[in-house]
Amino acid sequence: MIAETGLIALLIAAALALLQAFLGFGALRPGGEPLLRAVRPVAIVQAAMTVTAFAMLLLVFARTDLSVKLVAEDSATTLPLLYRITGAWGNHEGSMLMWITILALSGAAVAIFERRLPERTLAATIGAQGLIALGFFAFLLFSSNPFERLATPPAEGAGFNPLLQDPGLAFHPPTLYVGYVGLSVAFSFAVGALLTRDVGPAFARAMRPWVLGAWIFLTLGITAGSYWAYYELGWGGWWFWDPTENASLMPWLAATALLHSVSVLATRDGLRAWTIMLAVVAFSMSMVGTFLVRSGILTSVHAFALDPRRGAFILILLALYIGGALALFGARIATVAEGNRFDPISREGALVANNLLLSAILGVVLIGTLYPLLTQAMGTQISVGPPYFNAAAGPIALILVAIMAAGPMMRWRRDRLVDVGRRVAIPAAIVVVALVVVLVALPGLRILPLLGLVLAAGTAAASVAPLWKRNLRRTPLFTWGMVVAHLGVAVSLAGMASESAFSQETLVAARPGDTVRVGPYAVHLAAVDPVAGPNYTAVRATLVATRGQGAPIVLHPEQRTFDNPPQQTAESAIATRLDGQLYTVVGEPVPGGRWQLRLWWKPFVTLIWAGGTLIALGGALSLLGRALPRRRARPVREGYAR
Amino acid sequence: MTLRTIRILLWLPLIAFLLILAAVASGLIKPHSTNVPSQMIGQPLPPFDLASGRGDAIRVRAAGFADGKPHLLNFFASWCVPCVGEAPQLLAIKQAGIAIEGIAVRDRPADLAEFLTRNGDPYDRIGLDDTSGVQMALGSSGVPETFVVDGHGIIRAQHIGAIGPQDVADMLAAVRSAQ
Repeated sequence: MIAETGLIALLIAAALALLQAFLGFGALRPGGEPLLRAVRPVAIVQAAMTVTAFAMLLLVFARTDLSVKLVAEDSATTLPLLYRITGAWGNHEGSMLMWITILALSGAAVAIFERRLPERTLAATIGAQGLIALGFFAFLLFSSNPFERLATPPAEGAGFNPLLQDPGLAFHPPTLYVGYVGLSVAFSFAVGALLTRDVGPAFARAMRPWVLGAWIFLTLGITAGSYWAYYELGWGGWWFWDPTENASLMPWLAATALLHSVSVLATRDGLRAWTIMLAVVAFSMSMVGTFLVRSGILTSVHAFALDPRRGAFILILLALYIGGALALFGARIATVAEGNRFDPISREGALVANNLLLSAILGVVLIGTLYPLLTQAMGTQISVGPPYFNAAAGPIALILVAIMAAGPMMRWRRDRLVDVGRRVAIPAAIVVVALVVVLVALPGLRILPLLGLVLAAGTAAASVAPLWKRNLRRTPLFTWGMVVAHLGVAVSLAGMASESAFSQETLVAARPGDTVRVGPYAVHLAAVDPVAGPNYTAVRATLVATRGQGAPIVLHPEQRTFDNPPQQTAESAIATRLDGQLYTVVGEPVPGGRWQLRLWWKPFVTLIWAGGTLIALGGALSLLGRALPRRRARPVREGYAR
Repeated sequence: MTLRTIRILLWLPLIAFLLILAAVASGLIKPHSTNVPSQMIGQPLPPFDLASGRGDAIRVRAAGFADGKPHLLNFFASWCVPCVGEAPQLLAIKQAGIAIEGIAVRDRPADLAEFLTRNGDPYDRIGLDDTSGVQMALGSSGVPETFVVDGHGIIRAQHIGAIGPQDVADMLAAVRSAQ
């Protein structure tokens, strides 16, 4: 009955999504005002139905109801409870249901909380949200029904991908999806505004918190995903330019650009068309990403199923939604009144440069990701890897960071180059000093890591510059947000440059009793023992790492063997210190009683994710600052209250 | 810019998107193949010079292929299970009078000797490719894989995966046409 309840809830939600689209767009017609009031409740009930369906899916997974096909194929009774539940979205159908649940919740959130948007634009926005949901409900019901029953349930499920059996699965996909799908709100706002031709500062101020919210989650999701891949895959890398990673990076790049252009629109009423375009592009990238991953058209660790029929279905949805929005853009945007103009040397100018560079990186990543498909269409098979992405995106990213550092020091509307020069003098001096220090102390460094380190130092200084000579208690929270986020970029950049420049790797076949050196550590292989987990067996190495006279660190990397489904995974063991991480993996046994040991010393690698977290924290401060503007504006009366 | 050009520019995003869509759709319609053909077909063999896998002094050199008669160049390894299945077909091809050069990928002479004793030895020479460098240079993505090299040292054809009993006739034809 649980599965059937879920299916029925899904059907009702789909019907409500249709109604929602009908009411939302219908409200735009002359005499459609009565429909305005009905749109909000429909969106809320639609979300409630979708959440019900998702809850039913969690329930059948938690109870391992093997008569449900999805459970039988992707779970097993022997799994620990955590993975029985998170396994609900560790497969194609479940993950699509989570996607659409977040879509419905986003629509409901707009219906409940959005008060600033003009009523007609809001109705069109909610209508667009319903229309998007309708397509994906159809996709779920016609080609990926998660509640399908089996006539004869098996005695045991087929098990769950061991790589996904990690607490990271509880956190990473939901966070990423909130970011990914949260961008649908910006998309629907853009469609709504194009329909009502109401694009201006008020619209931008209404849209900004939604973009910020999605962007914060996207940032967190990517950061968490990067760390998860880093420790779970056991390859010691933190970014692989895997199609799915790119699929999350592309919306992030577009959303970052959007975040900044929407600020220009909100404060200076400039960049109207550009902001609308970015709002369409950001969620389009989310949908393209969903398509790339879900169709299995590009093979990847994230592709659960290779199914061209599903691919064709999503492709048609993409053509309708993205094509429709872009066509609406082409037809309508010329009739939107032009916004304010500004000087190239100004805060707006820097933001436009930042936008163009972000878009350039987005283009580089998009072309690299689709390259295998594009060349295949022309008859050859070529794919591009990290060398392309690093070489093409790296330099643009460095220029982008430099402009990001200078931008906040420029005035709105018009500035003088001389004045800007004076303000960036200190960070520029820091860059020069850092360059000299790095060149002298670390000769032979490759060019990209070198520039990365030097720029990170300058950017860190420049990012806190807006706080210079300000009363810190009266500085608005959103200014703090910007400072913290930009500082996060500098921190993350320093981590990336340090990891790529100074990582040391050792691969040896060691006997118990051997000692291996990596970086500043001497790693002693004390023992290799068999251990048993809840649903796997493993060999576990005991490593004792010492550094100079310091206390020894004990590490236990494992090589796990799962039998349902049969697969081996390397479970890395990582020791985190202030100045870096010691990363250890134990591999296959080698004849002669030896074991493959792979050891890395990665100086300051944790800065990458610390920076990512700071960026998200900056976003959160900004969001808070915009949500509570009055509290800050009130005069501070010191000395009165005790 | 005139108003007219601006109006046309506004449709550019849609056009770009439709182009991408067309490329992606063609990727969906075409049958999905995981076999990636080498870009080296029609090119001369990249230079290499490998130590013998039999412990003797007979090296395997790229230059040695340009001796006027076609060769098969077979990538294999003692640790590769499909290579065991392929062995009888390679022996049959050798008996038909074709020279087969072997390149053992990431292998050891002791393991190789055992593999050859158990499965037969169709190879004129065997080179050791300890780093997969030669395999990469030829655009091969796995073992077993077999290339047809003509008498001028030009790569003529590639067979990805094990040569099954049904493939022997095709391989013989491919070698003969590579004279």
